[in-house]
Amino acid sequence: MDLKKYDTRPAVVPIKKIVRENDIVNTYVFEYPLGAEPGQFVMLWIPGVDEKPISVAYDDGKVFWLTVCKVGPGTQELFKLKKGDKVGIRGPFGTKYKFDRRDNLALVAGGYGAAPMYFVANEAVKKGCGIDFLIGARNKDLLIYTQKVMGLNDVRLHIATDDGSAGFEGYITQVLEDVLGEDPEINKVFTCGPEPMMKVVGDICAKAGIDCWLSIEKYMKCGFGVCGQCAVDDTGELVCKKGPVMSYDYVRKLPEFGKYYRDAQGQKHYFKS
Amino acid sequence: MENLSVEFCGVKFQNPAVLASGILGVTASSLKNVVKNGAGGVTTKSIWLEEHGGHKNPTMFGTDHYFMNAVGLSDAGVKKALGETFPEYNKNKPAPIIASIVAGNLEDFGKLADEINKCEPDIIEVNISCPNIENECGKSFACSKTDASKVTEVVKKNSKKPVIIKLSPNVPDISEIAKACADKGADGFCAINTVGPGMAVDIDLKLPILSNKVGGVSGPGIKPVAVRCVYDVYKATGLPVIGTGGVITGKDMIEMMMVGARLVGMGTMVYYREAKGFGKVVKEVEDWCDKNRVKKIEDIIGIID
Repeated sequence: MDLKKYDTRPAVVPIKKIVRENDIVNTYVFEYPLGAEPGQFVMLWIPGVDEKPISVAYDDGKVFWLTVCKVGPGTQELFKLKKGDKVGIRGPFGTKYKFDRRDNLALVAGGYGAAPMYFVANEAVKKGCGIDFLIGARNKDLLIYTQKVMGLNDVRLHIATDDGSAGFEGYITQVLEDVLGEDPEINKVFTCGPEPMMKVVGDICAKAGIDCWLSIEKYMKCGFGVCGQCAVDDTGELVCKKGPVMSYDYVRKLPEFGKYYRDAQGQKHYFKS
Repeated sequence: MENLSVEFCGVKFQNPAVLASGILGVTASSLKNVVKNGAGGVTTKSIWLEEHGGHKNPTMFGTDHYFMNAVGLSDAGVKKALGETFPEYNKNKPAPIIASIVAGNLEDFGKLADEINKCEPDIIEVNISCPNIENECGKSFACSKTDASKVTEVVKKNSKKPVIIKLSPNVPDISEIAKACADKGADGFCAINTVGPGMAVDIDLKLPILSNKVGGVSGPGIKPVAVRCVYDVYKATGLPVIGTGGVITGKDMIEMMMVGARLVGMGTMVYYREAKGFGKVVKEVEDWCDKNRVKKIEDIIGIID
């Protein structure tokens, strides 16, 4: 009997491999036919601890990766798990980054946003898109995925660090302005990272008249459109359904974008400027 | 076009489909979006006097037949309702709003009812029946006619708006509880809250799926229980009832109204049909009325003997 259509019970999958990216970021490899596309996320259940929305970093139909940053008590417990330990997976959920072979893409990643951007690059390379991959971080120890990106054919990698310990000294958004200036063929910009950074990326694209899509991160309880925790002001639409990948044209009109986010109780918190 | 408008406790609703408490009810924007998608009214997520943390994830999951949740009534407290949710919702208010309130003791229920007046909701719904929250004695207020009537009395005393009580199906005789609340001045009811609690285990992990171990059951599987409860409550009191529980389609809604519901609450429907499901359900009701020559939806309320 197939009762799968509306089934959101977690699939239980063992961790096949753990790759250390840096002190606070690990990539978890799973052998499971998830069927995710670039931009989509899963709800990752750390049994007995908590469950969090995590963007997919790679999926070839047989194996998928989740790259996770140790940011709170839930992810701290995840970092204690070992190869062979089981976790729960629900999804994939949400919208995708859309591109085809005619597109020339600039992918702008902030910090661990490099992981979902890598998934885009990996698929876009197969389609023959032109790709500039930009990664920014506070310092070189926080840069991730640079080796993996360099392993992709014909992808131009650009790096910026706040302290200049690797690549350009300054913000990755400054590099983006240069890249767009040098290559008028670039017709789409995808970005994933901290909201204030994505706001700058979006504004640069708006000014240049380039299509920009970004991935929004919100607190979620379900991930599939019921709890309402990820509803954005003032449209009330859900990031788990209308997003996480949304156009900058839509996002820029949201009064909360780049300004505040909500916690598990629905309380507003303003971003530190 | 048929007349789908309904009057409930003196408040006019454009159609009988209302958002149930706990779903898509965290912010004013979200509530307004539900109205935009076709709901005739909305209910807030339950509001506490102070900020209240919920349970860890997983807090919910669904199947083809039922849904389970144990969110734990997370809420930022009445201060947020007063400072943000209600002022924003009431600005260009698109449809009536029902304030759901919850507390762990009588004193807090009294204070909360007093505070919630200032929010200017159309109706106050008193959540005494969440199966995941207990009173100080370890059970829900809705499971004892003494407790239920005491809560009704204190909220009625402090409230300037119509007060409806959200009842639990998890009692031997729901009519008895409803009558006890009606005696203390309840203006109506919402029936039912979730069934159970239930429990589901992941057999690979050998762990309950919900972090709270148990959770309230909703969705298509509980509809017969909800229909029976609405029937019982309406027969016992004659007061207006929001019939809630397992309503997914227009036909489900008609069924609920035939046993006595004046309004019909939907929550888990959103899991199966998204927010736009409200508009679809209302359209299905309209089509049914058209086909069956029902001119006024109020004419079918409580026609089942």
